[in-house]
Amino acid sequence: MSRMASLMTWVDDRFPLTKMWKEHLAEYYAPKNFNFWYFFGSLALLVLVMQILTGIFLTMHYKPDANLAFGSVEYIMRDVPWGWLIRYMHSTGASAFFIVVYLHMYRGLIYGSYKKPRELIWIFGVLIYLVLMAEAFMGYLLPWGQLSYWGAQVIVNLIAAVPYIGPDVAIWLRGDFVVSDATLNRFFAFHVIALPLVLLGLVVAHVIALHEVGSNNPDGVDIKKVKDENGIPKDGIPFHPYYSVKDIVGVVVFLMFFFLVVFFTPELGGWFLEGDNFIPADPLKTPEHIVPLWYFTPFYAILRAIPPLFGSQFPGVAAMGLSIVLFFFLPWLDRSPVKSVRYRGGLFKTALVIFVISFIVLGWLGTQPATPVLTNFARFFSVLYFAFFILMPFYTALDKTKPVPDRVTYK
Amino acid sequence: MSSKEGTDLSRRRFLTATTSVVGAVGGAVALVPFISSMQPSARAQAAGAPVQVDISQLEPGGRLTVEWRGKPVWIVRRTKENLKDLDDLAAQLRDPDSEISDQQPTYAQNPIRARKENPEIAVLIGICTHLGCSPTYRPDIGPADLGADWKGGFFCPCHGSRFDLAGRVYSGVPAPTNLPVPPYAYLNATTLLIGDDKESA
Repeated sequence: MSRMASLMTWVDDRFPLTKMWKEHLAEYYAPKNFNFWYFFGSLALLVLVMQILTGIFLTMHYKPDANLAFGSVEYIMRDVPWGWLIRYMHSTGASAFFIVVYLHMYRGLIYGSYKKPRELIWIFGVLIYLVLMAEAFMGYLLPWGQLSYWGAQVIVNLIAAVPYIGPDVAIWLRGDFVVSDATLNRFFAFHVIALPLVLLGLVVAHVIALHEVGSNNPDGVDIKKVKDENGIPKDGIPFHPYYSVKDIVGVVVFLMFFFLVVFFTPELGGWFLEGDNFIPADPLKTPEHIVPLWYFTPFYAILRAIPPLFGSQFPGVAAMGLSIVLFFFLPWLDRSPVKSVRYRGGLFKTALVIFVISFIVLGWLGTQPATPVLTNFARFFSVLYFAFFILMPFYTALDKTKPVPDRVTYK
Repeated sequence: MSSKEGTDLSRRRFLTATTSVVGAVGGAVALVPFISSMQPSARAQAAGAPVQVDISQLEPGGRLTVEWRGKPVWIVRRTKENLKDLDDLAAQLRDPDSEISDQQPTYAQNPIRARKENPEIAVLIGICTHLGCSPTYRPDIGPADLGADWKGGFFCPCHGSRFDLAGRVYSGVPAPTNLPVPPYAYLNATTLLIGDDKESA
């Protein structure tokens, strides 16, 4: 036995290293028909690692203090060697994370990856999405610019709209009567420690749950039904080296686009970093337009679409919360016998197209000032958004599905 | 209830359950200091001290902004015409008579939302009751962007809420209630105390 092999044996007797390598990589059999949409899971993991690494280096120079925060970010940009690169990677990474996650979720929608037996994978995923939103929101306060400040003010006031307990919870969350130094300090703690820990735990749970039941595929066929004499799915290939190599191609292409933004247009015309955030926070003056970053705008449009009822803005807040919470129920709202959109009928396909259009239009409306005409548009598309979920048990049950093949196909 | 091996299972279950309950209570109590540590600190609470403002330089139609408890407080000296306009607006407002009582002290619970001794002076917390933006002061009459009916007031750029010069909210806008009036009092003819009134002091 070579020296290396005997070292491995020594480790394996004490820690299941080879066992884990086989279970999750070398002998994890994934369907052989993965397509373009299957890049985004590994890309999400890549962005997570990148955010954690760049974040660690940013905390070495950043100061979570209302008097120093804005200046320390400018210091990172101008005086810290390569500080601009690390900060732009982090700020672009935030938007990239949401792009990748939205595409990853869309993949789940079209191929029915949330359906039995993958309900828990989906639920862990939606939880990851929720924590990611909290992480992005709290991170956005840290530069202590005008939009950091007023964005946080608006979002914390959403909580204050909850009847009875809301105002006290909002004061507790801010640690002050308005967004202040105390708020900045604790958002920093949440952003750099508390939420990343939760996020990592959820990602591990997401992957463990996936590897327990196995990956879905564009045909929605269960590859474990047809196995060879060794008990290996005939339509499965080991994740490593087949998909690890495929994912590297995805990583290279992704990084090309990513660094194109980082190097040439890190603000992306106000979509990734907003102009008003280069003005230090001023508690006495609200900017002309408060617009959240693009990844929150569909929900922001829903919030603004609902008029106040009974002297409270809570209905709008509740609708916004519901628009996110509904994702959790997707596995049980969908009554279709087939998973993949390839074998579904016209009703589901139409509903999906309407949903995607509504999501994008709401996202655009959320960036615009709330004029009466646009508010009516937002109401119309909010109704369509909710209809996708609430009517799902009916249209998926009525839909005419096509027969699903026994084995996966290449289309 | 003994099993064959002589283990008293019901006794064991009882002990496990009671130990778990006591442990859970202990765990919940241990959360109290952590949750409480996130409340406003003694320093943040002390920052809520009242502020004195000299209003002798405030022209009719002018506005002063001061900070109290970290929030903008507006002091507006309204003109005679402004006060007359306030009476005509009632039909367009959600709560013209300030009936929602926790939005102002009782001495400001009137259509002009001010103390009797100085009706033209309005003192308002400049935070929109919708989601906490600070509305802009628009004293101009009938500007193009706000419509010919505009009699002066406050317009919130975030979500389009409108308030009149007494901080009363228009109907059909996102903000649900009038702008709050902080407790205030006059120390003399030209000095205003914000954050404290003689009644409750």
